[in-house]
Amino acid sequence: MSEGDKTIRKRKHPGRGRGKGRIHPKGRQLDPTAQAEVSALLGDKPRNRDLLIEFLHLIQDSQGCLPAPHLVALADEMRIPLAEIYEVASFYAHFDIVKDDEERPPAVTVRVCDSLTCELMGAQSLLKDLRAKHNGAVRVVPAPCMGRCDCAPVAEIGHAHVTNATATSIDAAVSDGHTSPTIPDYRDFDAYCADGGYTLLRSCLGGSTSVDDILAALDDSGLRGFGGAGFPTGRKWQLVRAEPKPRLMTVNADEGEPGTFKDRYYLETDPHRFLEGMLIGAWAVEADKAYIYLRDEYPQIRELLLAEMPKLVAAGLAKKDAIELRRGAGAYICGEESAMIESIEGKRGLPRHRPPYVAQVGLFGRPTLVNNVETLFWVRDIVEKGAGWFGDQGRNGGKGLRSFSVSGRVAEPGVKLAPAGISVQELIDEFCGGMADGHSFKAYLPGGASGGILPASKGDLPLEFGKLESEGCFVGSHAVVILSDKDDMGDVARNLMRFFEDESCGQCTPCRVGTEKAVALMSNDEWDVPLLEELGRAMADASICGLGQAAANPLFSVLKHFREEVV
Amino acid sequence: MTVTFTLNGNDVEAQPGETIWQVATRLGVEIPHLCHSPDPGYRPDGNCRACMVEIEGERVLAASCIRTPNEGMVVNSASDRAKSARKMVFEMLAADQPERPVAHDPQSKFWHWADHVEISDSRLPARTPHKADSSHTAMAVNLDACINCNLCVRACREVQVNDVIGMAYRGHGSKIVFDFDDPMGNSTCVACGECVQACPTGALMEASLVDENGIGKTEPLREVDSVCPYCGVGCQITYQINSDNEIAAVQGRTGPANENRLCVKGRFGFDYVKHPHRLTKPMIRRDDAPKSMDIDIDPANPWTHFREATWEEALDKAGGGLKTILDRDGSSALAGFGSAKGSNEEAYMFQKLVRTGFGTNNVDHCTRLCHASSVAALMEGIGSGAVTAPFTACKDSELIIVIGANPTENHPVAATFFKQATKRGATLVVMDPRGQALRKHATHMLQFKPGTDVAMLNALLNVIITEELYDRQYVESQTEGFENLKKHIVDFTPEAMSEICGIDPETLRTVARHYARAESSIIFWGMGISQSTHGTDNARCLIALALTTGQVGRPGTGLHPLRGQNNVQGASDAGLIPIVYPDYQAVDSDDIRSRFEDVWGTTLDPNRGLTVVEIMDAVHDDIIKGMYIMGENPAMSDPDADHAREALAKLEHLVAQDLFLTETAFHADVVLPASAWPEKDGTVTNTNRQVQMGRTALDLPGDARQDWWIIQEVARRIGLDWTYSHPSDVFAEMKGVMNSLDNITWDRLERESAVTYPVDAPDQPGNEIVFGDGFPTASGRGKLVAADIIPPDEMPDDDYPMVLTTGRQLEHWHTGAMTRRSRVLDQIEPEAIAQMSSRDLHKLGLKAGDMIRVETRRGTIELMARVDGAMPEGLIFIPFCFAEAPANVLTNPQLDPFGKIPEFKFCAARVTGASEPAAAE
Repeated sequence: MSEGDKTIRKRKHPGRGRGKGRIHPKGRQLDPTAQAEVSALLGDKPRNRDLLIEFLHLIQDSQGCLPAPHLVALADEMRIPLAEIYEVASFYAHFDIVKDDEERPPAVTVRVCDSLTCELMGAQSLLKDLRAKHNGAVRVVPAPCMGRCDCAPVAEIGHAHVTNATATSIDAAVSDGHTSPTIPDYRDFDAYCADGGYTLLRSCLGGSTSVDDILAALDDSGLRGFGGAGFPTGRKWQLVRAEPKPRLMTVNADEGEPGTFKDRYYLETDPHRFLEGMLIGAWAVEADKAYIYLRDEYPQIRELLLAEMPKLVAAGLAKKDAIELRRGAGAYICGEESAMIESIEGKRGLPRHRPPYVAQVGLFGRPTLVNNVETLFWVRDIVEKGAGWFGDQGRNGGKGLRSFSVSGRVAEPGVKLAPAGISVQELIDEFCGGMADGHSFKAYLPGGASGGILPASKGDLPLEFGKLESEGCFVGSHAVVILSDKDDMGDVARNLMRFFEDESCGQCTPCRVGTEKAVALMSNDEWDVPLLEELGRAMADASICGLGQAAANPLFSVLKHFREEVV
Repeated sequence: MTVTFTLNGNDVEAQPGETIWQVATRLGVEIPHLCHSPDPGYRPDGNCRACMVEIEGERVLAASCIRTPNEGMVVNSASDRAKSARKMVFEMLAADQPERPVAHDPQSKFWHWADHVEISDSRLPARTPHKADSSHTAMAVNLDACINCNLCVRACREVQVNDVIGMAYRGHGSKIVFDFDDPMGNSTCVACGECVQACPTGALMEASLVDENGIGKTEPLREVDSVCPYCGVGCQITYQINSDNEIAAVQGRTGPANENRLCVKGRFGFDYVKHPHRLTKPMIRRDDAPKSMDIDIDPANPWTHFREATWEEALDKAGGGLKTILDRDGSSALAGFGSAKGSNEEAYMFQKLVRTGFGTNNVDHCTRLCHASSVAALMEGIGSGAVTAPFTACKDSELIIVIGANPTENHPVAATFFKQATKRGATLVVMDPRGQALRKHATHMLQFKPGTDVAMLNALLNVIITEELYDRQYVESQTEGFENLKKHIVDFTPEAMSEICGIDPETLRTVARHYARAESSIIFWGMGISQSTHGTDNARCLIALALTTGQVGRPGTGLHPLRGQNNVQGASDAGLIPIVYPDYQAVDSDDIRSRFEDVWGTTLDPNRGLTVVEIMDAVHDDIIKGMYIMGENPAMSDPDADHAREALAKLEHLVAQDLFLTETAFHADVVLPASAWPEKDGTVTNTNRQVQMGRTALDLPGDARQDWWIIQEVARRIGLDWTYSHPSDVFAEMKGVMNSLDNITWDRLERESAVTYPVDAPDQPGNEIVFGDGFPTASGRGKLVAADIIPPDEMPDDDYPMVLTTGRQLEHWHTGAMTRRSRVLDQIEPEAIAQMSSRDLHKLGLKAGDMIRVETRRGTIELMARVDGAMPEGLIFIPFCFAEAPANVLTNPQLDPFGKIPEFKFCAARVTGASEPAAAE
């Protein structure tokens, strides 16, 4: 056929001829600019699936949000589906996804804690004042417990925290541009070593101390898990050791139970005591690697750990890459150990079903030792000072020492290292300088938001694992919030239920729907008590994890002890 | 080990891995379930908490769907505590459901189980409902009914592995999303509809089953089980037919090839059978309607060129015209194209008609355009043209190679098994000049230069042989020709081949080593291998890879050409091939021919017949003058389509038997209105060698007739005395000449719906993996055949600097005759497009969406440019389904010397801006 014959015939087709074909393949397309930016941001880091949340932080920090084109680019870089990126990014409170037609958030975000202690101390009026003042230029949002309840109310400006916050002090911080964390004055590597630090670890690594020596000391001391479950630490290490290699270790530094701030305290003051305990744990269970999952509300600790961790490698105490610091992103549920593991794997923080237990099938499917920060903090002292130094202490049948995070209506809130089994009345009187001026003791939360509420009349019960369950309560992470005659118990219960509603992962019906319906029912002037009780029972019986199972505890407590305030 | 435990007071046994729910269900103890689906591929997730049971000694209740019992465990599903928890779960969910009278699916699993626990409404306050999303043409998204059970996420992510649906946000704000919470219709959704099939509430529904307000239709649907008529995967389906006798919806069945899964065509692409273009009357060409190559008839109004006729008149004219030519010019003046879209029985009858009625072997079908070269190489190498293992064998594979195939578009359900295998940890190697969706799942993506297959594959063979990675024992005991191959392959080093194929030597080495060393490696290929002038050589290389390494005949190993049409395997088996009778028995063998002459009671042509492209050439050469074309559309599917259309127009007598007035039927003298797949009984054979039963679901429209009846009537008019009364009669006759059908009977297929051949006994399943102990070759050994590098026939040059490649597209089948008449499929892909890299377009000063002109030495078309990141520079891809811009006007008709398959995958092309801007819509 010659060139001249190439006429274009108009041809019919059997389609309806409606609509226009797509000019791209289906769905969102890769934007070359965003692709270049994300690629540069990730640099030579391995594009491992478990680093997704770390990468989202990189984008959030550099862009001030997560623009959709950058998320498309990230999906392309990591070769994971768009939906997986989106579901993870949208799960965590500290990520701001900005879709195509949406405005980017203002440069400065002020988060005001509205968890119980801060709300008691005026968080709501603070929020109201700030919102009235800053419409637009500064974003003001409520946020859950920031682990600084002894200095309530608390706000976070960027990554800088303001304690005992007032609208004035927050304004000042905003206008100063003070958005980076303040590194606390802590005992650093040299100071810690000068004090005999890491002698025990060296002895373990060198073979002078055996695993059995360590396990015996832990068993004798009665050391238990201080994340809240109270599982005997020595036994846990033994269980993990019994599982096949390779094994891993994770440290739960996602201290999110409202009212709890002891882990922050220990990490801010004496981080190497914790690190030594962690390395001994990893050595004892022969874990290839230890992951520290640190909540994003503790950026100052992140900075100090990033500064100190390389010193361990340099000193030959840890292999390169044997410790990995992972950053949470604003999700209380990730304090639940299996949800934390999911989050370390770069996923949404959904608790797993048990069995299997994480000691058997944990991080990346491997047997995993999960310990809380404070638990590890005591390991060195227990071994060096002898199990009795720790285990011989205690009152009212308790054994050992406990770090109580006390907040609320006491004169001197703070972390109180006290004997296990101490009663709340003793704690207030002996450790907290009594009640705050003008307040009389009415009730208390023995174990943060989930541990239920007890009236002052039950102030002589021992605050210890297993001692409060008959009251429908538990001591958990030993976060004690003291309430007074000035506090409305309906408001308290609503605050706590709202917290669970916000922080429910949403996986199971009883917790996802139950917390939402409970908040709605509890917002009525008159509570429908039988319905709430039925609802609460189903939540307690049928939820997958402790969050949903315990979410109704404060509700039940108020119905039991303070019913007249809500009906 | 089995576990004994107590369920509701009775001692019961659980098989290893069996959950409490499974044991209870097996024993008839009903436990409600919403997020759990017992269908294959769905793991339990335990999130809805509708199946809670009480376990003695445990603080809280347990989800029975995910919990496996321990020895001695005491489980109670009927305790008050368990029952009230379950009931409250339903009450919580019911609070946010649309009222039952306005439910999207009043028969949903949710309402079924709600009835069971006696929940009809809720005391709990309702939340603000999600808004409806009606952005997708095929599916209605009404998340106000969603219970966050995530079955759709598992459907999309774990079963189909399409990765579109996610569960985003948190807590009570958590929500099913598509990609970035995009409207479903704007997302990367490929509309497989698995989510719709899985959804227990009606939150995701076939749009056809709800009214404009999203309220579910309540009329009962009649169900008929059958098999999908589109691709070679052969998914089993259930038609759901409404009172208007329309296919309202289609559900996937548990067939061996699909395990309930479907793709967009198989789920939403059936309304073509009711399209107004459907031919319902026989037609005869008007005397005042001359034929010409460039004729264009409106299929909605054929009366410009045709007149209505009675069946008697039309059949007389059809048969008479053929008979006249036969009597005048002899057998070699006639030819027939059968169809891989018809049944085995129709294919058998058609080839028998041509062979015994026309007296020629000039019978072929679209296998010629598809895997003829693969079959040539396979017949030569292992003595069998079919797959050695089903694609589901990849479940056991350590390494999977997919080369020259784009299964997510062309074999979507097979692709789900490949993707699932990678999730399990299998290594996937994708080799294709075009990027494709599967590459996201691939360990290695070898995007080699178009046309350099042999170079790349020989490099792999070089590594395997020079590094002595081959299976010495297997090579010695099971193959022949190794020494020759060994000598030949020496120069094809990865370094040397790298320069040709563009893949770096290290990658070639890694892939070769892993393929050879893996416990089980399997190769899948498509038309990227076969549709080439060196297609047979390409396939020879693949066969050599498998034979040298012994990666064939064991679980997880094999050679699998992914067959294109739903019945291309069966039509080939049935003898719709010019060189063989049924079961690949050579026409030029005297012994075989005389056997067929005995059975068919007539003398047969001892000469091989002509192939598809050769037949068209023979028309141009005035040799062939009359043709009978059933269900094929060479005007669209042949290379150099204008040349083919000239031939069609030149025919003295053309009989076209089809559903629609296709571009081929434009040139017909007689048009016979035929039966669509849902209107007939018949068997088909898929790519896995699974013979499956298709069943009649709908009445024929108007005066359309069964194809088998039409073939028989034409046969009678050229002097054959046929008296079949049903396809089952034909099947029975086929068994007499086809050993492959031993132990497969019509009754068995009626009963079992699918049987894999070969099968050893009437009561045994078929042999899925074959050739574990030798090959059906003369020597019993597999033959290694060396291949040399032959460049494509038409290389790019200054005039035609780009490479054009053609193929199919997910939504449109082949030449589009069916799919462009399906509302959903037409809506998703409504117009002709060409896929290009943005860089190439940019160089031309064009952008995505612009109209472009594509020219080759054979023709010119204009169509819209779609920018596709998967396209390498210098390559343009055009699906050949678009009648308004037929890609095959451009393609090169050069043939592979062995398979006689044209080079659809490579020709030189020039792209420029279109002569005029696209017409405004």
